[in-house]
Amino acid sequence: MVKSQQTFGQQLLRYGLYAILGVAALVYLMPLWVMLLTSLKDIEEIRSGTLFSLPGSLNFDAWSKAWSGACTGSTCEGIAPFFGNSFKIVIPAVAISTLIGALNGYVLSMWRFRGSELLFGAMLVGCFIPFQVILLPMARMLATFGLANTTTGLVAVHITYGIAFTTLFFRNFYVGLPKELIAAARLDGAGFFFIFRRIVLPLSTPIIVVCVIWQFTQIWNDFLFGVVFSGGDTQPVTVALNNLVNTSFGGKEYNVDMAAALMAALPTLVVYVLAGKYFVRGLTAGAVKG
Amino acid sequence: MNNPSASLPSVAAARPAARRLSDRFADWLPKIVLAPTVVITLVAVYGYMIWTALLSLTNSRILPVWKFTGTGQYAKLFENERWGVAVENLIIFGVLFILVCLVIGVLLAILLDQKIRAEGALRTIYLYPMAISFIVTGTAWKWLLNPGLGLEKTLHDWGFESFSFDWLVNPDMVVYCLVIAAVWQSSGFVMAMFLAGLRGIDPDMVKAAQLDGASMPKIYRRIVLPSLKPVFFSAFVILSHIAIKSFDLVMALTGGGPGYASDLPATFMYQHAFTRGQMGLGAASAIVMLGGVLAILVPYLYSELRGKKHG
Repeated sequence: MVKSQQTFGQQLLRYGLYAILGVAALVYLMPLWVMLLTSLKDIEEIRSGTLFSLPGSLNFDAWSKAWSGACTGSTCEGIAPFFGNSFKIVIPAVAISTLIGALNGYVLSMWRFRGSELLFGAMLVGCFIPFQVILLPMARMLATFGLANTTTGLVAVHITYGIAFTTLFFRNFYVGLPKELIAAARLDGAGFFFIFRRIVLPLSTPIIVVCVIWQFTQIWNDFLFGVVFSGGDTQPVTVALNNLVNTSFGGKEYNVDMAAALMAALPTLVVYVLAGKYFVRGLTAGAVKG
Repeated sequence: MNNPSASLPSVAAARPAARRLSDRFADWLPKIVLAPTVVITLVAVYGYMIWTALLSLTNSRILPVWKFTGTGQYAKLFENERWGVAVENLIIFGVLFILVCLVIGVLLAILLDQKIRAEGALRTIYLYPMAISFIVTGTAWKWLLNPGLGLEKTLHDWGFESFSFDWLVNPDMVVYCLVIAAVWQSSGFVMAMFLAGLRGIDPDMVKAAQLDGASMPKIYRRIVLPSLKPVFFSAFVILSHIAIKSFDLVMALTGGGPGYASDLPATFMYQHAFTRGQMGLGAASAIVMLGGVLAILVPYLYSELRGKKHG
């Protein structure tokens, strides 16, 4: 109906619009496409062809080498063990920081007390400080508690600097829930944890998903804490990938580099494709509503 | 707790007292729940900041030495040529990164907001780099920008023989490689923020302006973009924050090189504090970085909290 009313000029404008958006999409996809192509070529094909030339045959040698044979600094076991390390770090860190964030957000929105807004503001600073300012004392602290270069230590660091964000997420979400809901329950004599478990938590599914995705991406992708606080066999996959790419003996194996990079990117990409809606909501909820 | 076998009158007398006690506890419960986070924040954010600040006033090298020597490390820092390069790089990188991200983000958001058919798919494509680690981004662009085998060779093979693109190994241009990779990663995020902002604008307002005969560009300039001011503000704060903290990308894409031509303050701090045994100098550089962030953050938090009170 609307279409038939469009003039020729409007239609041309429309085509132009789609063309620009399409080209932009190709630009965004290009690095991923090149990585995939490169990871499927052998070194000879890489040297002779262009970035965009297709591999002669599907060749997964680089993938298997990146997974279990490539050298990442001191060892040559591929990135598989470090992939596992990342999961060992991410799962407890995400679970604990989300739970703490939910409770904090609940207090800071529905059980405010004198000074609670001030505490919230003070906590928010933790979202924004450049972590360089806490690296040295944190390293000393972890060493004091015997947690230097351990997975536990790294999990603790991620929780410590993750709760500011998770608290922000839940607090902003709970502020938007109808006040009457909680006021009525409190008049009926329902307690703090009862209201949380029976009323607030069942309504929290969207923000839990947002928070878990956000924390998962942040912690999986972390490099700074990983490189500073983890040792040879507790390193996360990002640190192993960087070692693989930037310490090389002999010829550079770009196909192995690209295969390893794709592997390191895969978990967060899968989460993003499956739950992109919540990913965007997390970014914007954390950002816009602040 | 009350003894259940107690006589009725005494139960009735005890109940108010017990109730008062449990009420007291209930009053305190939210504070108790919040307490661990408050303690952690006090120690691991504020305490550590002070720790680092104090350390920056010492001559510590590989281990902390608590002998205060004044602000010598800061003097040393500001005379340090490598620090100068890092700060200059951050300014170039930060300004370009923020500007280009904002321009691309706003444009894509406005174009996507025209009832586009495949909007969901396009949005997904623009935003996916944000899900990826900066280490992966750096690795990918290091390959794309490789002077021998990357885009340069590709364009040569396509017939553009004179095309030359050696920015990755050119000390004068390498900082722009950081900008390219960082914009690729973060501009989709800015798009998402602005798209959310655009969706929040009252369509009646735009319709009314259209009825008044205003052209679309004019409507965007006069009505839509000004009402997105808070989004600009948030995007600016977040992008500048990403810029100041940029560390992973440099480590993966250039390693700070060639030489130290692409160092940023974050990599400077890491190198000096953890690999070069210059703890005091590293601490001083961290404190200067903190100062930079606070200069942006304090006005932001102030306006946020003030807004909350009125809202």
